[in-house]
Amino acid sequence: MIQPYDSLIAQTLCRVLIPWLQLFGLYVLAHGQVSPGGGFVGGVVLGATLLLSLLVYGNDAASRMITQFARYGEGMGLLLFAGLGVLCLLWAGEFLNYGSVSVPGWEGPVRRWTGILLTMVGVYVDVAVVAVAIFYSLSPDNMEQGHD
Amino acid sequence: MNPWVDAALLLLLVLTAGGALLTRDLIGAVFILSCYSFVLALNWAWLGAVDVAFTEAVVGAGLSTVFFLLALFLTSPEEARSPHHRRHWLALGGLLALALLLVRAGKDLPRMGDPASAPNAYLSPGYLQRSLEDTLTPNVVTSIIMDYRGFDTLIETAVIFTAGIGCALLLRREQ
Repeated sequence: MIQPYDSLIAQTLCRVLIPWLQLFGLYVLAHGQVSPGGGFVGGVVLGATLLLSLLVYGNDAASRMITQFARYGEGMGLLLFAGLGVLCLLWAGEFLNYGSVSVPGWEGPVRRWTGILLTMVGVYVDVAVVAVAIFYSLSPDNMEQGHD
Repeated sequence: MNPWVDAALLLLLVLTAGGALLTRDLIGAVFILSCYSFVLALNWAWLGAVDVAFTEAVVGAGLSTVFFLLALFLTSPEEARSPHHRRHWLALGGLLALALLLVRAGKDLPRMGDPASAPNAYLSPGYLQRSLEDTLTPNVVTSIIMDYRGFDTLIETAVIFTAGIGCALLLRREQ
């Protein structure tokens, strides 16, 4: 399917670089409430690291579970986001109103804080998955397969 | 706010945009466009919109460059010029008229940071004052897009999802 980039320098560098970049994406997601960034930027960083590993390692990266999930899991992030909204609707009667969901022991601001974090995770997954999906749609090998 | 920095950043923006338009080699144009996005991110950061700058740097300079390059590998990397030169003058005239209109409209915008302007006087103070105690979120941008305006963000997420699905439906030829 995807040809790996046959360069020892690129492959060694990416082996070191990619985990740190993914950690940075998680950091941007987790700190979205106190610093610039959030679900969207973190998701783009994660998607970009997945694209980097696909470009450099080819099939080795494509067979990994995270890439497989990103390839076939389209809509999971949106489902998480909208599902949380529907959960609020069923539980408390207002769509996406995290503050009105009554959880024993949790103050209103904590509920809204949790709601923000969970919806950011939804955006994060959605953006990363769509980046990988567009990459697969645009990859030339996908085109050649079609002419068979 | 140093006006010379403003002028230098805007000049770099115009130069990179012009370079991307005038370069005939499209792969070079993609990389100049990536530089343009980076300069635009610097502009946003200089104006204090750090969240927008972050997004512009990551999406404009990072992800869209990869997508442009992939699209170029599927097509030809040379620009095709149309032989109709007269239409270019018409387009130039239209663009100049549009530019004049935009400069005229820009005069009606409120000054940057003006506390009496409509958005600053009506909604923003409430968000800025209540965000921390309502949602425990010091970054007001996040609390607005994810909580106060969560429905907008849900629809935007749906738009991104639709973009992925649309590309797959149009371009994928797998069984």
